[in-house]
Amino acid sequence: MTNNTKKPNLKSNLAGIRSPNPFWLASAPPTNSAYQVSRAFEAGWGGAVWKTLGHEPIVNVSSRYGGLNYDGRKLMGLNNIELITDRTLETNLKEIRQVKRDFPDHAVIVSLMVESTREAWHDIVKRTEDTGCDGLELNFGCPHGMSERGMGAAVGQVPEYTEMVTAWVKEVAQTPVLVKLTPNVTDITHMGRAAVAGGADGVSLINTINSIIGVDLDTLSPLPSVAGKGSHGGYCGPAVKPIALNMVQKLASDPGFGIPISGIGGIQAWQDTIEFMLLGAGNVQVCTAVMHYGFRIVEHLISGLENWMMGKNFCQLDDFIGHTVSSVGDWNELDLSYKVVAEIDQSKCIHCGLCFIACEDGAHQSISQTRIAEDDYPSIGSAAAVTLSAGKTFIAGAGDGYLNKYEIKEDTCVGCNLCSLVCPADGCITMVERESSIPSMNWSQYQDRLAKGEMEPIPPPEHL
Amino acid sequence: MIDKTHLSAELLAENFADLHPAFSRDEAVTDASRCLFCYDAPCTRACPTGIDVPRFIRQILHDNPAGAAETILDENIFGGSCARACPTEVLCEGACVDQTLLKSPVQIGRLQRYGTDFAAEHGLRFFEPGADTGKSVAVIGSGPAGLSCANSLRRLGHAVTVFEARDILGGLNTLGISAYKITTEFSLSEIQPILDMGVEVRLGQRIDEEGLSRLRSEYEAVFLAVGLGATARLGIPGEDIEGVVESLDFIFQSHTGPLSECRVGQNVVVLGAGNTAIDVATQAARLGAKKVTIAYRRTDKEMSAFAYEYDLAKADGVEFRWLVQPVEFIEENGALTGVKMSRVRAVGEGRSARLEQVERSEFIIPCDMAIKALGQTPVLDFTRGIEGMRSEDGQLIMDPDTRESGIAGLFLGGDCTHKGAEIVDAVQDGKVAASGIDTFLRKDS
Repeated sequence: MTNNTKKPNLKSNLAGIRSPNPFWLASAPPTNSAYQVSRAFEAGWGGAVWKTLGHEPIVNVSSRYGGLNYDGRKLMGLNNIELITDRTLETNLKEIRQVKRDFPDHAVIVSLMVESTREAWHDIVKRTEDTGCDGLELNFGCPHGMSERGMGAAVGQVPEYTEMVTAWVKEVAQTPVLVKLTPNVTDITHMGRAAVAGGADGVSLINTINSIIGVDLDTLSPLPSVAGKGSHGGYCGPAVKPIALNMVQKLASDPGFGIPISGIGGIQAWQDTIEFMLLGAGNVQVCTAVMHYGFRIVEHLISGLENWMMGKNFCQLDDFIGHTVSSVGDWNELDLSYKVVAEIDQSKCIHCGLCFIACEDGAHQSISQTRIAEDDYPSIGSAAAVTLSAGKTFIAGAGDGYLNKYEIKEDTCVGCNLCSLVCPADGCITMVERESSIPSMNWSQYQDRLAKGEMEPIPPPEHL
Repeated sequence: MIDKTHLSAELLAENFADLHPAFSRDEAVTDASRCLFCYDAPCTRACPTGIDVPRFIRQILHDNPAGAAETILDENIFGGSCARACPTEVLCEGACVDQTLLKSPVQIGRLQRYGTDFAAEHGLRFFEPGADTGKSVAVIGSGPAGLSCANSLRRLGHAVTVFEARDILGGLNTLGISAYKITTEFSLSEIQPILDMGVEVRLGQRIDEEGLSRLRSEYEAVFLAVGLGATARLGIPGEDIEGVVESLDFIFQSHTGPLSECRVGQNVVVLGAGNTAIDVATQAARLGAKKVTIAYRRTDKEMSAFAYEYDLAKADGVEFRWLVQPVEFIEENGALTGVKMSRVRAVGEGRSARLEQVERSEFIIPCDMAIKALGQTPVLDFTRGIEGMRSEDGQLIMDPDTRESGIAGLFLGGDCTHKGAEIVDAVQDGKVAASGIDTFLRKDS
């Protein structure tokens, strides 16, 4: 449903780097070569961050990736122990120059990682910018292999190093400089501020998370297995998105930060893109979803974003970037009087019982289960499917002569959402607002009023 | 003499291949991932043996087919046969809530087969005989009720001897269901683990009234599960003409010899419209009959065949004639040439409607084979003389919770108490009876 038939303008400008849309490929295997980046641009990607260059090509191991599956679906998460580019610097620079010539309107950003000396960084920055690229991204995030050689996350985990190396780069860089941050830190704002102090034009986050993806239960070897041995690797994919969203919002809301953010972490659908941008990312970078399904997914990302923007009457990206940042605050600021309870639409209930058992064992024992005898089935107005066979009717959800009816016990329901999250039937369980018995106030105000003797403590829930 | 099938061995093999082929691992896991893992799951409640369906499906989803097999077989030792022959549409799959959500149930039957096939292929055994109680029980009949009871009794530690009238074990499972659903080999392979529990078997022992009384004195308890006998006679002229055959005899031949030896008419009429009638009709079509007609005195609304069985028969090209009943089998030179039918009209609604013959409405359906599939009668003649045995409407009466008859120590179950039900019902009868027998045997010790 759209209110606006004019397609929105998806043009993006992140820290001075322009691209036809906000979809960039993250520095990773899909941006390893001119062949791949050209295919990506032809498919519709707005920009690409070239796979990290170093002075000397590294040597990789085999195998390199491990997958996290979930009950029949593949790659909820992916981890890798692959290093930066294994091609020569000359080959990469030549190809970058060629791609930039062939696609002048697309953004080509080059990821860099060299040993931590001023000379090394000056050299690679100059040689890279000579290709005509649109910007640089400093890889301070790679958590495996390179960090043990004093590069990647070894720099990104120490704010002083981050600031120092960023400053070296800024001494010579002519194009915008993004610092790619590692999530393997206790407080991302320290790293963000260090990048700002070093003069960064923007940051990219998150890089991959330290991980062991699993163990092979036949060989008992860690995965991915290299001759029976494994190593900690970088974790990414849809499962990491919430961690990334949190870090993006934390930086976006930090008053000591204030530079553009390129959001990364588990983006695979258009909705993910918008969430990153609402929480403060100026654009997004994608990798795992492309490694899973190929460059073609960008069409769906663009189409979903456009339709959503038209439905919301947004004409350009700036209309909504950062919109939700200020709505996230400390828990102490939340209104204790806001009250919702679950409501079950009996006409949509399929009688699976998942809400009941989740609430009973996992939450607050606020759903009742009542056996309805066969004769009374029509009374509950259920959606249950009916099979006619051998002159009899058989009702889905029924068995042993009864159908279970599930109802919310409103007096004890704490409004936690759990039942609505586990319910498989679309629109069956919704959370509805109810009048609260306490006045509107947050935790701090509550503490204040208690201290002043203005109110009695809020009684604990009765059923406990 | 009716000719043997003229179809080639290849075509017969194709026609009698599995109705629902086995799932591959990928198919099984993908279908298993659709299971919502319901609480107080309707599928489990709809299963007469109460198999914990969501649990075994989750075990398949998580690559534990052996665990799945144990979950299934723990409640239903004939889980493999049931996976092949159960009317899942009106049991577990009919109750599946995905029927509502996705308009298509999880394929529970095929998943059950995946689990039980894994156990069979790997020769897995899950159960052990219980500690010897010193008590011994006679089981009469080796169909699913008798052997299910024998299995449960062995797990409880009682000695068991099974008496079977035929020279092959398995009753309905082995001989009574067409080979495109359950093969003889499969049925026998599923029985082996029960025998391995230490069950003694006596084949070719038809038990009569005197035999029963002897067993009652020799054993501390007796479980009677002799199933059903021949189709009731129609009592119309020509019933003994060659070419007029019994439904079960027609099915037996697909189990007792190679398919190429099966005899089938060119033009077959099946009398009756229950699930056995459908089995017979589809088997006739699959053996190469040119024309197969099912004739039934009521209509498709009243027939006892399940909807999917009806669809199966229609897909096999079987034709249906409703509101007709046979009045005479016609012969020429000693061979069947047709069935004279009379039209009937129903007075009233549903299965209880009274049927009236329409006057002067006779016509002949030409055929060289007519198969009677009108429902079998219990083989209970030999129980008639036993003092204390009660029956009603031709069926023996027992306590439904223990399956003990009016006579102490004599328990009953399976089709001889149902007039024909599913394998899964028989299995449950055997379980319930074993528990009843166990209570009975431990009472006096």
